Amino acid sequence: MKQDTKRRVLSACCILGFFVAWEAICLAFGVSDMVLPRPSQAVSTLITQFPAIWPHAFQTIYTTLVGLGLGILIGVLLGMLIGSSRLAYDVAYPMLVGFSSIPKVAIVPILVLWFGAGTVPAILTAMVMCVFPIVVNVATGLASTEPELQDVMRTLKATKLEILWNIGLPRTMPYFFASLKVAATLAFVGTVIAETVASNRGIGNLMMIASSSFDVPLVFAGLFILAGLGVALYIIFSAMEARVTGWAVRSDDFAAHG
Amino acid sequence: MNQALATGVVPGNPVIDLERVNVTFGGEKNKTVALAETSLRINNGEFVALVGPSGCGKSTILKLVAGTLSPSEGHIFVTGREIGANEVRIGMAFQNPTLLPWLNIRDNVMMPLKIVPPFKRDFAKKKKSEYRDRAQALLAKVGLSGFGDKFPWQLSGGMQQRASLCRALIHDPTLLLLDEPFGALDQFTREELWEIMQNLWIEKKPTVLLVTHDLKEAAYLASRICVMQARPGRIIEDSVVPFARPRTIDVSFEPEFVSLTQGLRERIVAARAVKEQQP
Repeated sequence: MKQDTKRRVLSACCILGFFVAWEAICLAFGVSDMVLPRPSQAVSTLITQFPAIWPHAFQTIYTTLVGLGLGILIGVLLGMLIGSSRLAYDVAYPMLVGFSSIPKVAIVPILVLWFGAGTVPAILTAMVMCVFPIVVNVATGLASTEPELQDVMRTLKATKLEILWNIGLPRTMPYFFASLKVAATLAFVGTVIAETVASNRGIGNLMMIASSSFDVPLVFAGLFILAGLGVALYIIFSAMEARVTGWAVRSDDFAAHG
Repeated sequence: MNQALATGVVPGNPVIDLERVNVTFGGEKNKTVALAETSLRINNGEFVALVGPSGCGKSTILKLVAGTLSPSEGHIFVTGREIGANEVRIGMAFQNPTLLPWLNIRDNVMMPLKIVPPFKRDFAKKKKSEYRDRAQALLAKVGLSGFGDKFPWQLSGGMQQRASLCRALIHDPTLLLLDEPFGALDQFTREELWEIMQNLWIEKKPTVLLVTHDLKEAAYLASRICVMQARPGRIIEDSVVPFARPRTIDVSFEPEFVSLTQGLRERIVAARAVKEQQP
């Protein structure tokens, strides 16, 4: 417990120290807020202009969550398909790697061409960004399930579906959550890219407009919001992970309430 | 429901019947014969031990009966019907406890009830009442009462293996397959589990097929011992163990017991020596 408190205090000090140093350096060298605004300026902009920023933030959250949701759905289904057979794994993997190698920025114009500017291409970009890590992790988790555990079920004459449900999926959960934490941040990246390129709403769009009018503190306020949203999502998924997959790290908390 | 319907066993018929079974691995060039022309009949309620050196096909027989491996030639009948076509209830314990790490001990033990008919039909309804009590009672019998809420990693190897035995027995299997379940344990835990195993067998009388390296274990537990030979794997001796039940660990120091295990040992050593002289 004491170790834990110490770690938290140090972690908070580290974050605080970063902003203090930033503030101090800007003041000491007299950096113009056109180049690098002080964090206090960004925060005060955030507070004073909050009513104007809020709809954009909401749009970004909405787009990201829908994109992430679709990404999880498609990613898990594809991952299950690929991971449940050696053949499918070997056949589909090269194509997956090929798709994932495409820079996602490059597909935004195509999506705009197909669906027009706005929410839809942003959702799809977020989805495309986060699908790959989920597919790979779910497939790897399933493919690496210990044969002994499956043998236990096979001697009981369990069906394939029962084995998948009782062994494969629970076994894959740690992999799934590991990928989810990556996917959540990637979904934000996808959304913001699409909003920057082709949208009239969202934090990405807000930052584009702010920078074109040299309102640099507002740009940084947008960055702060994105960072905050990313951290919030990460924390939510971490908490879910601890509840669902505590067995994988043999945590005593999990054993206590699990 | 009468006994025959409940267990699928027809009185007088063997529970396990292997007829001239061959199992080969690999292609034409590097063919390994794991099991050659093996026939074996096991009657209802028998406790049969398969002993022999590693690579003699002991575990192969177990996998055949469990249905996780198909024979290259020959037929396997379980309760009178060809393997795969029957609904015989099988319980199996492995050398490793193979408990599912995300379930606590009680839920691990209850897993077969979730899969095997007719228990699975009522699983959702009874998992908090009847099935739970059933698991708890079985855990108590192997000395694990109070550990139901623990997770596998919180238990010692011996305790995990006890839980694994409970999982093999929870659904009242007609046929219990034991693949060296005590092999990785220390001497004292092993002897303790022999006793527990014997009591469980006397109580429920399932047909048991035990694979082991340990001749003392075979002589203590089994009512019949089949000695096997390697390359090609086959059964070279089939003998009845005459000692009265329940056996205690003291029996293992009596002259007849010692001479029985000595005899088995010599038989295996002789078979190995003959093999090594051949090119």
